[in-house]
Amino acid sequence: MNAQVSRPGPPLWLLLELTYKCPLHCVFCYNPTDFTRTGPELKTEEWLRVLREARALGAVQLGLSGGEPLVRDDLEEIVGAAHDLGFYTNLITSGVGLNEARLQALKTAGLDHIQLSFQDSTKEMNDFLSSTRTFELKSKVAALIKKYDYPMVLNVVLHRLNIDHVEEILKMAQSMGADYVELANTQYYGWAFKNRDRLLPSREQLQRAEETTKRFREQSGQNMRIFFVVPDYFERRPKPCMNGLGSIFLTIAPDGCALPCHAARMLPGLDFPNVRDASIESIWYDSAGFNHFRGDSWMKEPCRSCPDKAKDFGGCRCQAYLLTGDAANADPVCDLSPHHHLVTEAVARTERPYRAEHPLVFRDHR
Amino acid sequence: MDTIAVTAKPAIGKGFRLQWESAQSAHVLLYPEGMIKLNGSAGEIMKRCDGARTIADITTDLELCFATSGLDADVAAFVSMALAKNWLELRE
Repeated sequence: MNAQVSRPGPPLWLLLELTYKCPLHCVFCYNPTDFTRTGPELKTEEWLRVLREARALGAVQLGLSGGEPLVRDDLEEIVGAAHDLGFYTNLITSGVGLNEARLQALKTAGLDHIQLSFQDSTKEMNDFLSSTRTFELKSKVAALIKKYDYPMVLNVVLHRLNIDHVEEILKMAQSMGADYVELANTQYYGWAFKNRDRLLPSREQLQRAEETTKRFREQSGQNMRIFFVVPDYFERRPKPCMNGLGSIFLTIAPDGCALPCHAARMLPGLDFPNVRDASIESIWYDSAGFNHFRGDSWMKEPCRSCPDKAKDFGGCRCQAYLLTGDAANADPVCDLSPHHHLVTEAVARTERPYRAEHPLVFRDHR
Repeated sequence: MDTIAVTAKPAIGKGFRLQWESAQSAHVLLYPEGMIKLNGSAGEIMKRCDGARTIADITTDLELCFATSGLDADVAAFVSMALAKNWLELRE
Protein backbone atom coordinates (compact mmCIF):
# COMPACT_ATOMS: atom_id res chain seq x y z
CA MET A 1 0.00 0.00 0.00
CA ASN A 2 1.55 3.24 -1.06
CA ALA A 3 -1.23 5.62 -0.05
CA GLN A 4 1.16 7.77 1.94
CA VAL A 5 3.74 8.38 -0.80
CA SER A 6 3.01 12.05 -0.69
CA ARG A 7 1.13 13.47 2.23
CA PRO A 8 -1.40 15.96 0.91
CA GLY A 9 -1.01 19.62 1.78
CA PRO A 10 -3.42 21.32 4.16
CA PRO A 11 -7.06 22.08 3.32
CA LEU A 12 -6.33 25.70 2.41
CA TRP A 13 -9.88 26.38 1.32
CA LEU A 14 -12.71 25.71 3.75
CA LEU A 15 -16.32 26.05 2.65
CA LEU A 16 -18.99 25.93 5.31
CA GLU A 17 -22.46 25.31 3.99
CA LEU A 18 -24.13 26.59 7.12
CA THR A 19 -27.64 25.57 6.15
CA TYR A 20 -29.57 24.08 3.25
CA LYS A 21 -32.43 26.44 4.11
CA CYS A 22 -33.03 29.12 1.54
CA PRO A 23 -35.92 31.46 0.82
CA LEU A 24 -35.37 30.91 -2.92
CA HIS A 25 -36.20 28.05 -5.26
CA CYS A 26 -33.55 28.29 -7.95
CA VAL A 27 -33.76 25.74 -10.74
CA PHE A 28 -29.95 25.68 -11.08
CA CYS A 29 -29.13 25.11 -7.41
CA TYR A 30 -26.34 22.58 -6.91
CA ASN A 31 -27.54 21.54 -3.44
CA PRO A 32 -28.51 17.86 -3.28
CA THR A 33 -32.05 17.25 -4.48
CA ASP A 34 -32.75 15.20 -1.34
CA PHE A 35 -31.39 17.84 1.04
CA THR A 36 -34.48 17.68 3.25
CA ARG A 37 -33.45 14.15 4.26
CA THR A 38 -30.14 15.23 5.81
CA GLY A 39 -29.77 15.41 9.57
CA PRO A 40 -29.97 18.45 11.83
CA GLU A 41 -27.65 21.41 11.21
CA LEU A 42 -24.50 21.79 13.27
CA LYS A 43 -24.85 24.00 16.31
CA THR A 44 -22.85 27.20 16.69
CA GLU A 45 -20.34 25.53 19.01
CA GLU A 46 -19.76 22.75 16.49
CA TRP A 47 -19.11 25.21 13.65
CA LEU A 48 -16.65 27.06 15.88
CA ARG A 49 -14.80 23.83 16.62
CA VAL A 50 -14.60 23.09 12.87
CA LEU A 51 -13.10 26.55 12.34
CA ARG A 52 -10.49 26.10 15.08
CA GLU A 53 -9.43 22.65 13.90
CA ALA A 54 -9.28 23.56 10.22
CA ARG A 55 -7.34 26.74 10.94
CA ALA A 56 -4.86 24.78 13.04
CA LEU A 57 -4.21 22.58 9.99
CA GLY A 58 -3.56 25.64 7.83
CA ALA A 59 -6.96 26.47 6.31
CA VAL A 60 -6.98 30.15 5.47
CA GLN A 61 -9.71 30.98 2.95
CA LEU A 62 -13.22 30.60 4.31
CA GLY A 63 -16.42 30.55 2.27
CA LEU A 64 -19.71 30.87 4.11
CA SER A 65 -22.48 29.58 1.95
CA GLY A 66 -25.54 27.36 1.97
CA GLY A 67 -28.49 27.48 1.18
CA GLU A 68 -28.68 31.05 2.32
CA PRO A 69 -26.17 31.62 5.15
CA LEU A 70 -28.10 34.67 6.39
CA VAL A 71 -30.82 32.26 7.53
CA ARG A 72 -28.48 31.38 10.42
CA ASP A 73 -28.81 33.96 13.16
CA ASP A 74 -25.35 33.02 14.45
CA LEU A 75 -23.66 34.05 11.18
CA GLU A 76 -22.14 37.14 12.83
CA GLU A 77 -20.71 35.02 15.65
CA ILE A 78 -19.24 32.53 13.18
CA VAL A 79 -17.69 35.33 11.09
CA GLY A 80 -16.23 36.92 14.22
CA ALA A 81 -14.65 33.69 15.40
CA ALA A 82 -13.29 32.98 11.91
CA HIS A 83 -11.80 36.45 11.63
CA ASP A 84 -10.14 36.19 15.04
CA LEU A 85 -8.60 32.89 13.99
CA GLY A 86 -7.05 34.51 10.91
CA PHE A 87 -9.38 33.32 8.15
CA TYR A 88 -10.08 35.50 5.14
CA THR A 89 -13.88 35.44 5.28
CA ASN A 90 -16.07 35.38 2.16
CA LEU A 91 -19.85 35.53 2.40
CA ILE A 92 -21.70 34.00 -0.55
CA THR A 93 -25.27 35.24 -0.40
CA SER A 94 -28.37 36.08 -2.39
CA GLY A 95 -28.71 39.19 -0.24
CA VAL A 96 -32.16 38.13 0.94
CA GLY A 97 -32.18 38.96 4.64
CA LEU A 98 -29.24 41.35 4.49
CA ASN A 99 -30.23 44.62 6.16
CA GLU A 100 -28.05 47.40 7.46
CA ALA A 101 -28.00 46.16 11.05
CA ARG A 102 -26.74 42.75 10.00
CA LEU A 103 -24.20 44.13 7.55
CA GLN A 104 -22.87 46.50 10.19
CA ALA A 105 -22.55 43.60 12.62
CA LEU A 106 -20.80 41.47 10.00
CA LYS A 107 -18.39 44.28 9.18
CA THR A 108 -17.62 44.76 12.86
CA ALA A 109 -17.10 41.00 13.22
CA GLY A 110 -14.43 41.23 10.51
CA LEU A 111 -16.15 40.02 7.33
CA ASP A 112 -13.67 40.52 4.47
CA HIS A 113 -15.71 40.01 1.34
CA ILE A 114 -19.21 39.59 -0.01
CA GLN A 115 -20.29 37.89 -3.22
CA LEU A 116 -23.85 38.75 -4.10
CA SER A 117 -25.36 36.07 -6.21
CA PHE A 118 -28.25 36.69 -8.43
CA GLN A 119 -31.11 34.41 -7.60
CA ASP A 120 -33.19 33.32 -10.45
CA SER A 121 -36.28 31.34 -11.02
CA THR A 122 -38.55 31.98 -13.94
CA LYS A 123 -40.71 34.41 -12.02
CA GLU A 124 -37.77 36.16 -10.43
CA MET A 125 -36.05 36.37 -13.78
CA ASN A 126 -39.08 38.13 -15.16
CA ASP A 127 -38.98 40.49 -12.21
CA PHE A 128 -35.34 41.06 -12.90
CA LEU A 129 -35.66 41.62 -16.61
CA SER A 130 -38.52 44.02 -16.05
CA SER A 131 -36.56 45.87 -13.35
CA THR A 132 -39.04 45.28 -10.59
CA ARG A 133 -38.82 43.67 -7.17
CA THR A 134 -35.61 41.71 -7.50
CA PHE A 135 -33.78 44.66 -8.93
CA GLU A 136 -34.96 46.83 -6.07
CA LEU A 137 -33.73 44.31 -3.53
CA LYS A 138 -30.37 43.91 -5.27
CA SER A 139 -29.94 47.65 -5.63
CA LYS A 140 -30.66 48.18 -1.96
CA VAL A 141 -28.19 45.47 -0.95
CA ALA A 142 -25.62 46.72 -3.48
CA ALA A 143 -25.83 50.23 -2.01
CA LEU A 144 -25.34 48.80 1.49
CA ILE A 145 -22.35 46.76 0.35
CA LYS A 146 -20.74 49.86 -1.10
CA LYS A 147 -21.61 51.95 1.95
CA TYR A 148 -19.65 49.49 4.09
CA ASP A 149 -16.71 49.74 1.73
CA TYR A 150 -16.81 46.29 0.18
CA PRO A 151 -16.24 45.78 -3.53
CA MET A 152 -19.56 45.04 -5.19
CA VAL A 153 -19.23 41.57 -6.67
CA LEU A 154 -22.22 40.24 -8.52
CA ASN A 155 -22.50 36.63 -9.59
CA VAL A 156 -25.13 35.83 -12.17
CA VAL A 157 -25.81 32.23 -13.10
CA LEU A 158 -26.52 31.93 -16.82
CA HIS A 159 -28.63 29.34 -18.56
CA ARG A 160 -30.80 28.89 -21.62
CA LEU A 161 -33.65 30.97 -20.21
CA ASN A 162 -31.65 34.10 -19.39
CA ILE A 163 -28.49 33.93 -21.50
CA ASP A 164 -30.11 35.92 -24.31
CA HIS A 165 -30.46 38.81 -21.86
CA VAL A 166 -26.78 39.21 -21.05
CA GLU A 167 -26.78 42.79 -22.28
CA GLU A 168 -29.68 43.77 -19.98
CA ILE A 169 -28.02 41.88 -17.13
CA LEU A 170 -24.76 43.78 -17.64
CA LYS A 171 -26.54 47.13 -17.91
CA MET A 172 -28.34 46.41 -14.69
CA ALA A 173 -25.12 45.37 -12.97
CA GLN A 174 -23.60 48.64 -14.12
CA SER A 175 -26.50 50.67 -12.78
CA MET A 176 -26.10 48.86 -9.42
CA GLY A 177 -22.50 50.02 -9.36
CA ALA A 178 -20.99 46.53 -9.58
CA ASP A 179 -17.18 46.42 -9.55
CA TYR A 180 -17.02 42.79 -10.69
CA VAL A 181 -19.57 40.71 -12.53
CA GLU A 182 -19.20 37.00 -12.89
CA LEU A 183 -21.39 35.56 -15.64
CA ALA A 184 -21.17 31.95 -14.60
CA ASN A 185 -22.83 29.40 -16.78
CA THR A 186 -24.74 26.79 -14.83
CA GLN A 187 -22.84 23.73 -13.72
CA TYR A 188 -24.97 20.65 -13.94
CA TYR A 189 -25.27 19.09 -10.49
CA GLY A 190 -28.19 18.69 -8.08
CA TRP A 191 -31.31 20.54 -9.18
CA ALA A 192 -29.48 21.91 -12.20
CA PHE A 193 -28.75 18.39 -13.49
CA LYS A 194 -32.40 17.48 -13.05
CA ASN A 195 -33.24 20.48 -15.23
CA ARG A 196 -30.30 20.17 -17.58
CA ASP A 197 -32.17 19.76 -20.81
CA ARG A 198 -34.15 22.91 -20.05
CA LEU A 199 -31.15 24.95 -18.90
CA LEU A 200 -28.32 24.11 -21.26
CA PRO A 201 -28.03 26.88 -23.85
CA SER A 202 -27.46 26.24 -27.53
CA ARG A 203 -24.05 26.87 -29.02
CA GLU A 204 -25.45 29.82 -30.89
CA GLN A 205 -26.89 31.38 -27.73
CA LEU A 206 -23.55 30.93 -26.02
CA GLN A 207 -21.60 32.55 -28.85
CA ARG A 208 -23.99 35.49 -28.94
CA ALA A 209 -23.64 35.98 -25.18
CA GLU A 210 -19.86 35.88 -25.40
CA GLU A 211 -19.85 38.44 -28.21
CA THR A 212 -22.20 40.71 -26.29
CA THR A 213 -19.99 40.44 -23.22
CA LYS A 214 -16.89 41.26 -25.25
CA ARG A 215 -18.57 44.29 -26.82
CA PHE A 216 -19.83 45.50 -23.44
CA ARG A 217 -16.36 45.09 -21.95
CA GLU A 218 -14.83 47.20 -24.69
CA GLN A 219 -17.44 49.92 -24.29
CA SER A 220 -17.55 50.08 -20.52
CA GLY A 221 -13.81 50.12 -19.89
CA GLN A 222 -12.17 49.14 -16.62
CA ASN A 223 -14.75 50.33 -14.11
CA MET A 224 -16.63 47.07 -14.14
CA ARG A 225 -14.63 43.88 -14.62
CA ILE A 226 -16.61 41.11 -16.31
CA PHE A 227 -15.77 37.42 -16.14
CA PHE A 228 -17.51 34.98 -18.43
CA VAL A 229 -17.40 31.35 -17.38
CA VAL A 230 -18.17 29.01 -20.28
CA PRO A 231 -20.23 25.90 -19.51
CA ASP A 232 -17.87 22.94 -19.63
CA TYR A 233 -20.27 20.95 -21.82
CA PHE A 234 -18.95 23.06 -24.69
CA GLU A 235 -15.30 22.32 -23.97
CA ARG A 236 -13.11 19.51 -25.25
CA ARG A 237 -10.94 19.13 -22.15
CA PRO A 238 -12.30 18.87 -18.61
CA LYS A 239 -11.86 21.41 -15.83
CA PRO A 240 -9.26 20.57 -13.14
CA CYS A 241 -12.12 20.16 -10.71
CA MET A 242 -11.23 21.21 -7.14
CA ASN A 243 -7.60 20.96 -8.24
CA GLY A 244 -8.07 17.25 -7.64
CA LEU A 245 -10.33 15.94 -4.87
CA GLY A 246 -8.75 16.18 -1.43
CA SER A 247 -5.95 18.51 -2.50
CA ILE A 248 -7.00 21.94 -1.16
CA PHE A 249 -10.79 22.07 -0.75
CA LEU A 250 -12.77 20.98 2.25
CA THR A 251 -16.53 21.47 2.41
CA ILE A 252 -18.61 20.91 5.50
CA ALA A 253 -22.28 20.32 4.73
CA PRO A 254 -24.98 21.69 7.07
CA ASP A 255 -25.26 18.39 8.97
CA GLY A 256 -21.50 18.15 9.52
CA CYS A 257 -20.71 15.80 6.65
CA ALA A 258 -17.17 16.54 5.43
CA LEU A 259 -16.77 16.52 1.65
CA PRO A 260 -13.87 17.07 -0.77
CA CYS A 261 -16.24 19.13 -2.96
CA HIS A 262 -19.70 20.52 -2.32
CA ALA A 263 -21.28 18.08 -4.80
CA ALA A 264 -19.33 14.95 -3.76
CA ARG A 265 -22.06 13.71 -1.47
CA MET A 266 -23.73 12.07 -4.48
CA LEU A 267 -20.74 9.78 -5.11
CA PRO A 268 -21.79 6.24 -4.20
CA GLY A 269 -19.73 3.83 -2.12
CA LEU A 270 -17.70 6.58 -0.48
CA ASP A 271 -18.04 7.02 3.22
CA PHE A 272 -17.63 10.68 3.99
CA PRO A 273 -17.03 11.28 7.68
CA ASN A 274 -18.97 13.65 9.89
CA VAL A 275 -17.30 16.32 11.99
CA ARG A 276 -19.50 15.21 14.89
CA ASP A 277 -17.58 11.93 14.99
CA ALA A 278 -14.04 12.84 13.96
CA SER A 279 -11.50 15.64 14.02
CA ILE A 280 -10.81 17.69 10.90
CA GLU A 281 -7.24 16.39 10.96
CA SER A 282 -8.23 12.73 10.87
CA ILE A 283 -10.95 13.46 8.28
CA TRP A 284 -8.54 15.28 5.96
CA TYR A 285 -5.52 13.02 6.25
CA ASP A 286 -6.81 9.59 7.23
CA SER A 287 -10.39 9.04 6.10
CA ALA A 288 -11.08 6.66 3.23
CA GLY A 289 -13.51 9.12 1.68
CA PHE A 290 -10.84 11.81 1.34
CA ASN A 291 -8.02 9.48 0.30
CA HIS A 292 -10.00 7.68 -2.37
CA PHE A 293 -9.47 10.10 -5.26
CA ARG A 294 -6.04 11.37 -4.25
CA GLY A 295 -3.12 10.58 -6.53
CA ASP A 296 -3.90 8.72 -9.75
CA SER A 297 -4.17 5.04 -8.77
CA TRP A 298 -7.99 5.29 -8.99
CA MET A 299 -7.82 6.39 -12.62
CA LYS A 300 -8.95 4.33 -15.58
CA GLU A 301 -7.97 4.71 -19.18
CA PRO A 302 -7.80 7.05 -21.03
CA CYS A 303 -6.81 9.14 -17.96
CA ARG A 304 -4.24 6.77 -16.49
CA SER A 305 -1.81 7.10 -19.39
CA CYS A 306 -2.82 10.64 -20.36
CA PRO A 307 -0.10 13.32 -20.27
CA ASP A 308 -2.71 15.82 -19.03
CA LYS A 309 -3.64 13.79 -15.94
CA ALA A 310 -1.53 15.97 -13.63
CA LYS A 311 -3.11 19.06 -15.15
CA ASP A 312 -6.82 18.26 -15.12
CA PHE A 313 -6.96 15.23 -12.76
CA GLY A 314 -9.38 13.55 -15.16
CA GLY A 315 -11.91 16.35 -14.67
CA CYS A 316 -14.87 16.20 -12.33
CA ARG A 317 -15.67 12.98 -10.44
CA CYS A 318 -19.27 14.04 -9.87
CA GLN A 319 -19.83 14.75 -13.54
CA ALA A 320 -18.25 11.41 -14.45
CA TYR A 321 -20.62 9.68 -12.06
CA LEU A 322 -23.73 11.61 -13.07
CA LEU A 323 -23.19 10.99 -16.77
CA THR A 324 -21.54 7.55 -16.90
CA GLY A 325 -22.52 5.94 -13.61
CA ASP A 326 -18.88 5.46 -12.56
CA ALA A 327 -17.03 8.21 -10.73
CA ALA A 328 -13.65 6.77 -11.75
CA ASN A 329 -14.29 7.27 -15.44
CA ALA A 330 -12.86 10.22 -17.33
CA ASP A 331 -15.08 13.29 -17.15
CA PRO A 332 -17.10 12.90 -20.38
CA VAL A 333 -16.46 16.55 -21.20
CA CYS A 334 -13.07 15.28 -22.40
CA ASP A 335 -13.20 14.32 -26.07
CA LEU A 336 -10.82 11.43 -25.31
CA SER A 337 -13.48 9.88 -23.08
CA PRO A 338 -15.40 6.97 -24.63
CA HIS A 339 -18.47 8.63 -23.11
CA HIS A 340 -17.92 12.04 -24.71
CA HIS A 341 -20.98 11.45 -26.90
CA LEU A 342 -23.16 11.85 -23.79
CA VAL A 343 -22.06 15.47 -23.64
CA THR A 344 -22.24 16.18 -27.37
CA GLU A 345 -25.70 14.59 -27.50
CA ALA A 346 -26.90 16.81 -24.66
CA VAL A 347 -25.54 19.82 -26.55
CA ALA A 348 -27.15 18.60 -29.78
CA ARG A 349 -30.52 18.36 -28.04
CA THR A 350 -30.32 22.10 -27.31
CA GLU A 351 -30.94 22.73 -31.00
CA ARG A 352 -34.40 21.25 -30.71
CA PRO A 353 -37.40 23.16 -29.33
CA TYR A 354 -38.49 22.62 -25.71
CA ARG A 355 -40.65 19.68 -24.97
CA ALA A 356 -43.46 20.44 -22.60
CA GLU A 357 -43.28 16.99 -20.97
CA HIS A 358 -40.09 18.04 -19.17
CA PRO A 359 -41.16 20.93 -16.98
CA LEU A 360 -38.64 22.77 -14.83
CA VAL A 361 -38.26 21.39 -11.35
CA PHE A 362 -37.95 24.11 -8.76
CA ARG A 363 -35.85 23.50 -5.68
CA ASP A 364 -38.35 22.95 -2.91
CA HIS A 365 -38.68 21.37 0.50
CA ARG A 366 -40.82 18.36 -0.33
CA MET B 1 7.22 53.39 -16.61
CA ASP B 2 7.50 56.21 -14.10
CA THR B 3 9.91 55.56 -11.31
CA ILE B 4 8.36 55.65 -7.87
CA ALA B 5 9.74 58.24 -5.46
CA VAL B 6 11.67 56.77 -2.53
CA THR B 7 9.56 59.05 -0.32
CA ALA B 8 6.38 57.22 -1.33
CA LYS B 9 4.72 55.20 1.44
CA PRO B 10 3.42 51.83 0.26
CA ALA B 11 0.61 50.06 2.10
CA ILE B 12 -1.14 46.74 1.58
CA GLY B 13 -3.75 47.19 -1.17
CA LYS B 14 -7.43 47.44 -0.44
CA GLY B 15 -9.08 44.03 -0.17
CA PHE B 16 -5.74 42.30 0.42
CA ARG B 17 -4.45 41.02 3.72
CA LEU B 18 -0.91 39.96 4.51
CA GLN B 19 -0.25 37.37 7.16
CA TRP B 20 2.27 34.78 8.22
CA GLU B 21 1.09 31.20 7.73
CA SER B 22 3.08 28.75 9.79
CA ALA B 23 1.49 25.80 7.95
CA GLN B 24 3.13 27.09 4.77
CA SER B 25 6.18 28.65 6.44
CA ALA B 26 5.52 31.74 4.37
CA HIS B 27 3.86 35.10 4.27
CA VAL B 28 0.71 34.92 2.21
CA LEU B 29 -1.35 37.63 0.61
CA LEU B 30 -5.04 36.93 0.93
CA TYR B 31 -7.72 38.43 -1.29
CA PRO B 32 -11.29 37.48 -2.16
CA GLU B 33 -11.33 33.73 -2.78
CA GLY B 34 -7.61 33.59 -3.42
CA MET B 35 -4.14 33.51 -1.95
CA ILE B 36 -0.61 34.30 -3.09
CA LYS B 37 2.23 32.57 -1.31
CA LEU B 38 5.14 35.02 -1.11
CA ASN B 39 8.79 34.07 -1.24
CA GLY B 40 11.08 35.14 1.58
CA SER B 41 12.20 38.49 0.22
CA ALA B 42 8.73 39.48 -1.01
CA GLY B 43 7.38 38.70 2.46
CA GLU B 44 10.10 40.76 4.15
CA ILE B 45 9.34 43.76 1.94
CA MET B 46 5.54 43.47 2.15
CA LYS B 47 5.45 43.20 5.93
CA ARG B 48 7.20 46.56 6.17
CA CYS B 49 4.64 48.23 3.87
CA ASP B 50 2.49 49.80 6.59
CA GLY B 51 1.62 53.09 4.90
CA ALA B 52 3.82 54.95 7.38
CA ARG B 53 7.32 54.01 6.23
CA THR B 54 8.76 55.34 2.99
CA ILE B 55 10.39 53.12 0.41
CA ALA B 56 13.72 54.58 1.56
CA ASP B 57 12.94 53.63 5.19
CA ILE B 58 11.99 50.11 4.16
CA THR B 59 15.17 49.68 2.13
CA THR B 60 17.37 50.93 4.96
CA ASP B 61 15.64 48.65 7.45
CA LEU B 62 16.08 45.61 5.18
CA GLU B 63 19.75 46.39 4.61
CA LEU B 64 20.22 46.67 8.36
CA CYS B 65 18.33 43.47 9.18
CA PHE B 66 20.10 41.41 6.57
CA ALA B 67 23.50 43.09 6.95
CA THR B 68 23.75 44.00 3.30
CA SER B 69 23.61 47.05 1.04
CA GLY B 70 22.46 48.14 -2.40
CA LEU B 71 18.89 46.76 -2.13
CA ASP B 72 17.37 49.95 -3.63
CA ALA B 73 16.83 48.53 -7.09
CA ASP B 74 15.39 45.23 -5.84
CA VAL B 75 12.94 46.93 -3.50
CA ALA B 76 11.92 49.45 -6.17
CA ALA B 77 11.35 46.67 -8.71
CA PHE B 78 9.25 44.63 -6.29
CA VAL B 79 7.19 47.63 -5.18
CA SER B 80 6.46 48.64 -8.74
CA MET B 81 5.42 45.09 -9.66
CA ALA B 82 3.23 44.85 -6.53
CA LEU B 83 1.62 48.22 -7.28
CA ALA B 84 0.75 47.04 -10.78
CA LYS B 85 -0.96 43.99 -9.26
CA ASN B 86 -2.73 46.12 -6.62
CA TRP B 87 -0.99 44.15 -3.84
CA LEU B 88 0.27 47.53 -2.70
CA GLU B 89 -1.05 51.07 -2.91
CA LEU B 90 0.73 54.33 -2.19
CA ARG B 91 -0.14 56.63 0.70
CA GLU B 92 0.74 60.28 0.74
